[in-house]
Amino acid sequence: MKDKFTVAGKSYTSRLLVGTGKYKDFAETKSAVEASGTEIITIAIRRSNIGQNPGEPSLLEILPPSKYTLLPNTAGCYSAEDAVRTLRLARELLDGHSLVKLEVLGDPQSLYPNVVETIAAAKTLVAEGFQVMVYTSDDPIIAKQLEDIGCVAIMPLASLIGSGMGILNPWNLQLIMERVQVPVIVDAGVGTASDAAIAMELGCDGVLMNTAIAGAQQPVLMAAAMKQAVEAGRSAYLAGRMPKKLYSASPSSPTSGIISSKHS
Amino acid sequence: MITVSINGAARQLPNATVVAALIEEMGLTGKRIALERNGEIVPRSSFLQLMLEEGDKLEIVVAVGGG
Repeated sequence: MKDKFTVAGKSYTSRLLVGTGKYKDFAETKSAVEASGTEIITIAIRRSNIGQNPGEPSLLEILPPSKYTLLPNTAGCYSAEDAVRTLRLARELLDGHSLVKLEVLGDPQSLYPNVVETIAAAKTLVAEGFQVMVYTSDDPIIAKQLEDIGCVAIMPLASLIGSGMGILNPWNLQLIMERVQVPVIVDAGVGTASDAAIAMELGCDGVLMNTAIAGAQQPVLMAAAMKQAVEAGRSAYLAGRMPKKLYSASPSSPTSGIISSKHS
Repeated sequence: MITVSINGAARQLPNATVVAALIEEMGLTGKRIALERNGEIVPRSSFLQLMLEEGDKLEIVVAVGGG
């Protein structure tokens, strides 16, 4: 049986979700997205540039909704009201598309989620028929509350957005996975391939990243590395790792038949 | 003339301007945009009918790269 990842009723082969910000141009964005093998990409909703280059291509011409599942986000929103308004605009922009990434930030230094506003926004959005994938802290109690509200995926941070600090609290991620039934996707904090592999080895359903790829010296190569890391981590999780044996070595080669001058 | 706010900037428009005319003038016709007027979504289907009024606050958004 093929290992599929299902969120909001749709199945995907790739468990890597990528953001589309911070690339030097659309060509690099497209190459990196393709190298990552992703099927779900996040986009931001911003004011149109009044009177500026109306002829230049748009992101959605480069990465068409016919090819990717688009996940409009609420990055930059600091209140439930702004997040809800942004996603209503996104739904109109994308012809009624209801799958969204909710994030409500607490302050611009840490970009840490404001879970009080996040919960308020999630309630409104779910009531309005949105399918909400929610960025949140790694608090297992909040994660469970967000699931109970009706969010379709819980996306805890591994460390701060854009920090590349990796997975700082694997225990909390495991507490979340023990409590919620919907997919758990590490969102934010991955810095390099091993971080993504560790998230998947822990049993996370997927990993969402942007800066780890876009901020690499060679983003397209890093996108390919992340694809492999997520696949390797997932396979290792499914394979079931050997138990750790502290202070107890165990030889891999046969223990008998060894030539020796000490024993007969 | 009426004065409206578009993405936070004041702008003068002739009386009885419909949304579609504004979109046209901004070079956004046929582009993937979404429009909010005084906090409410304006469906694309009503761009041709909806007439702007003095003091309207409009937000016109597009999709951009983001994580």
